[in-house]
Amino acid sequence: MHPFTLQRPADLAQAIAFGAHAGRNDAAIEYIAGGTDMVQLLQEHVRRPTVIVSLRKVLDTSIEMGPSGLRIGAGATMAEVAAHSDVAQQFPLVSQALLNSASPQVRNQATIGGNILQRTRCPYFRDIGYASCNKRAPGTGCAAIHGENRWNAVLGTSDHCIAAHASDLAVALAALEASVEIGSSHGRRSIPIADFHRLPGDTPHIETILEPGEVVTAITLPKDSASLRSHYVKVRERASFEFALTAAAVALDMDGATIRRARVALGGVGTKPWRVRQVEQALTGASLDRAGIVRAAALAANEAKGYGGNDFKIQLMQRAIVRGIEIAGGKA
Amino acid sequence: MTSFDANRRALLKLSALTGSALALSELWPESAMAAESTSGPAAGVASPLSPIDVALRVNGREHRLALDARTTLLDALREHLHLTGSKKGCGLGQCGACTVLIDGKRMKSCLQLAALVEGGEIQTIEGLANGEELHPLQAAFVERDGFQCGYCTSGQIMSGVACIREGHTRSAAEIREWMSGNLCRCGAYDHIVAAIQDAAARKGA
Repeated sequence: MHPFTLQRPADLAQAIAFGAHAGRNDAAIEYIAGGTDMVQLLQEHVRRPTVIVSLRKVLDTSIEMGPSGLRIGAGATMAEVAAHSDVAQQFPLVSQALLNSASPQVRNQATIGGNILQRTRCPYFRDIGYASCNKRAPGTGCAAIHGENRWNAVLGTSDHCIAAHASDLAVALAALEASVEIGSSHGRRSIPIADFHRLPGDTPHIETILEPGEVVTAITLPKDSASLRSHYVKVRERASFEFALTAAAVALDMDGATIRRARVALGGVGTKPWRVRQVEQALTGASLDRAGIVRAAALAANEAKGYGGNDFKIQLMQRAIVRGIEIAGGKA
Repeated sequence: MTSFDANRRALLKLSALTGSALALSELWPESAMAAESTSGPAAGVASPLSPIDVALRVNGREHRLALDARTTLLDALREHLHLTGSKKGCGLGQCGACTVLIDGKRMKSCLQLAALVEGGEIQTIEGLANGEELHPLQAAFVERDGFQCGYCTSGQIMSGVACIREGHTRSAAEIREWMSGNLCRCGAYDHIVAAIQDAAARKGA
């Protein structure tokens, strides 16, 4: 690790006053919460802040069900959220995505706010032995585009970066139309999870819309009957404790055997959690007939672009969607 | 406290620690945005860092240490408290050999900065046995031959203790899923699962 000074503020206002920039890979001042991803990246010299500001004992850790939905304090751990009865009963997709993430030890430490800010698993980003990575070192190029890109994205990529977003939780949150509550010295603002992460474009080192001094303070989930009929499909290279090659989060609102409304988001294939609205629209009013679902799922491939090693994901993500819809709909 | 006070205090605290290395722009969001192009890892040259005081409570004993802020809990345990039962395998949270309990919850000590676990009750493999009497899971590992080289064992046992307490031992498959954060390169998994099943059954009996 490069040297840094560690600040342990007593409350959120003090933490915010340090003005750390959470969503940038070249930030000189960084926040740390659970730290499970941050410490890895510090150990590997991928992140080299000069000041680290702790959010321990500063973030809200409560999980509360209100009339409009669920509010999860950003400091709640993955394990606490997954096991919470309101989450498990009202938003099973969230519990499922979390319990399919990481290991029990990491879930006991990692926070929900940090989870959606975790960095990509792109091997070129995480290994400073490679000179080229626009996300880690802006302007140096992308080694993945012509390199080993089995783990990389096929949706939302640019000529500058094809790194896949790594969070399972964020995919479930995208399907459930969650919002991210952000605190700063100006007060609080709330933005849809769909607008929280940025596409890489020509600035892949800037990953979210967070400004300096902004802290994720909570995740909110709107109450919705469709949240109950849901399923998280995760395809990975080993049975447990592994990131998704491809994932599909599906939430269905059914009217008998007919889909009234479907919400589908993909993981492991996008540069950010990827909502597939074309697929959703094609499923509106459809039955659970296999051929119809397959046709709808194929629309996910419309904007997809393979880079050789990850071409297989374009087919795999369609199959993950089909599986997710059949299981959520009670057919499989 | 007004937000100005908070800003001012933070600045004073920060500049006391870092001297002139950090520009004002890095403290205030507005000016930091204007100076975006110059802020980066190279912009802030780290000043010499003095150790920070860290109080750790390990196996029921309080320790006062002066640590570099970068010290992980694992390194604090091994290098400063000489509790070498917790092992460093990967140092990146991938192998589980460093697993300890913090306030009863299993965590990877290599992913914790020591200064951030102050106030927590830390339990390591050294604190598991009751004097000369092994913890039931330690005994079960001996009985079932739950290891070959032994390097992952203390992490497996600490994780297994938590796994049993959490109640994730209803089947071998459930144990495997909930022990997936602990790797064993010798491949003693069958014996590890058997040891956990034995200890869980003994606890329930």
